Amino acid sequence: MKAYMGIDVGSVSTNIAVLSHAGEILADLYIRTRGRPLEAILAGLTEIAGLLPAEVEICGCGSTGSGRYLAGVMIGADVIKNEITAHAVAASIYVPDVQTVLEIGGQDSKIIIMRNGIVTDFAMNTVCAAGTGSFLDQQASRLNIPIADFGELALSSSAPVRIAGRCTVFAESDMIHKQQMGHKLTDIINGLCEALVRNYLNNVGKGKEILSPVVFQGGVAANAGIKAAFERALGLPIIIPRHFGVMGAIGAAQLAREEVEKTGQTLFKGFKIAGLPYRTGSFECGGCPNNCEIAEIYEEDRVIGRWGARCQRWDVL
Amino acid sequence: MPKVTFPRMGESYRAFRMLMNDLGNEVIIPPRPNKKTLDFGVRYSPEFACLPLKILTGTYVETCMSGAELIITSGGSGPCRAGLYGQLHKKILNSIGFPVDIIVFEAPKSHPIDFLRKVKRVNSSRLSYLAIWECVKRGWEKLKYLDDLEKTTHALRPRELKKGSTTKVYREVLEWIDGAYAMKEIHEAGKEALNTLKLVPHDTRRAVLRVGIVGEIYVLLEPASNLEIEETLGNLGVEVHRSMFLTGWTRDNTVKETSGILSVKEAAMPYIPLCIGGHGRESVGHTILYARDGFDGVIQMAPFTCIPEIVARTILTRVSREHNIPVLTFFLDEQTGKAGMSTRLEAFVDLIRRKKNAPVSDNRIIVG
Repeated sequence: MKAYMGIDVGSVSTNIAVLSHAGEILADLYIRTRGRPLEAILAGLTEIAGLLPAEVEICGCGSTGSGRYLAGVMIGADVIKNEITAHAVAASIYVPDVQTVLEIGGQDSKIIIMRNGIVTDFAMNTVCAAGTGSFLDQQASRLNIPIADFGELALSSSAPVRIAGRCTVFAESDMIHKQQMGHKLTDIINGLCEALVRNYLNNVGKGKEILSPVVFQGGVAANAGIKAAFERALGLPIIIPRHFGVMGAIGAAQLAREEVEKTGQTLFKGFKIAGLPYRTGSFECGGCPNNCEIAEIYEEDRVIGRWGARCQRWDVL
Repeated sequence: MPKVTFPRMGESYRAFRMLMNDLGNEVIIPPRPNKKTLDFGVRYSPEFACLPLKILTGTYVETCMSGAELIITSGGSGPCRAGLYGQLHKKILNSIGFPVDIIVFEAPKSHPIDFLRKVKRVNSSRLSYLAIWECVKRGWEKLKYLDDLEKTTHALRPRELKKGSTTKVYREVLEWIDGAYAMKEIHEAGKEALNTLKLVPHDTRRAVLRVGIVGEIYVLLEPASNLEIEETLGNLGVEVHRSMFLTGWTRDNTVKETSGILSVKEAAMPYIPLCIGGHGRESVGHTILYARDGFDGVIQMAPFTCIPEIVARTILTRVSREHNIPVLTFFLDEQTGKAGMSTRLEAFVDLIRRKKNAPVSDNRIIVG
């Protein structure tokens, strides 16, 4: 059976999705990157290979996410694409007439405006992580609540508590203040969800025309409290696709499929690479005053990729 | 001979070095901003200051360590902190043990006497005003060629047949300009450099996207401060048009405003009717002119915490909608990781490419 694989290497999670030729999800996977993308990619490949039926043949693969170049050279990606395009493509597979995509991941959040299936505008958080999953994660662990329960707790809130949302420092100090005053935890958590949504709409969503259908994806979409806060703030229904957590990977798989249809063959090296030794290294180039920090990746003893140079000196041919 | 230095802005140092030498000064060439520059800059500048201030602090510390005694810089106009940076830098440098002096040249059209007094101070060879004028003319000529060369790379890079070839030839021919001294030599070297650069194999018929770049002057002019965004865009197949060059800026601030800047102000009028400092009004005006000229998109570059550009950014959302031109903003600070910028640039280029290739959309207004 022909299938296409997408791999999304993000700051917090590494996701893999395999699509059949008909567009169904054959397998998907969401694992933590833990700051070690190389290991996460290898572990993910081994695991996904085990989840796939034996007759599946990968006819194309693509990578996305901030680690897309690393993943791309390792697996032999047919297409290496930025997350915005990947997320937009994935959203339109499930909701073909989608006009707005809200995506909140571990360390970035974005809004994508689409009209007639084409991205017409987008924005990503610029300098602030206040509206992202990492902050929710951090607060959940400070309160000793599993992140999975966060949304349900927010929904059970009965009284609104206002939390400052512009900056994580303000938000945290506000939360501590309110908790010490004796406000209920559920109300504080709900207040945090509202603050996060407010910050997202004012910062990332600033000046954008948000029209229905609105699709909400990324890891944070698992949080029912955030979904409810978005619905209250926008006055629009929010659609969460079934595979909301791996949409980037799905988009990459779809893009790989389109690419392979053009080129007629895949560059995918096969799941066997999960058994090869990989290592990364870095050094400072002293060739000019730029002092570029060059990072490189080795497959066995061969350099397969280098990044960080501002000139062609270290290009891998 | 007094040892002088000045801020580094792209390749302009090649012209200033000659001018300062001619006036009888030894020049300490400011190094290209690098990691050490940033380290010094961040260490000795106020935390909340903007990237240009920090880079300049770092540059000055490096040049002071090489013996610079006098720093020459320009002032700012309007309500922007940069107008005070010269004085602030002097205080910082003196307090960390460098007894340097700073001369801040303000726009001569508004401060003519002050300007001449300062010219006299850097005139270590005691040249006559006429002789100084001759030196300035040669420096100006060099600066014009440097700007023209850079503009040529913007057009060539997206069309080059071999990736990186434009940059390689550009680096070579810059040295030719450097070596020229007499007016005739400057013209010869400049023309030869331009002709050689244009010989880089390229495809003139390749359909490229055109993007205008607006924003604060320092991050626009010094590639090391903007993660070489113009080169990155060129490699993505985009012809870059930068709204500001040193020669243009100098023209507008010395004698009389050019028609170019006047039309920028006029275009910005419905949105920003007065000077808000820095280049906030110019960012808005240029964006409108780019939209009128049929550009595919505009990129705004702003130092983090820059008030004029923050104001402009807020207004650009409306300009983008009303003039139907995509705008992407980057706030620059001390980060050197390029991943975030590449992602946004790639997505932006995807967006404008699709927009360009899409059939005429149904929201077109029919005027009858």
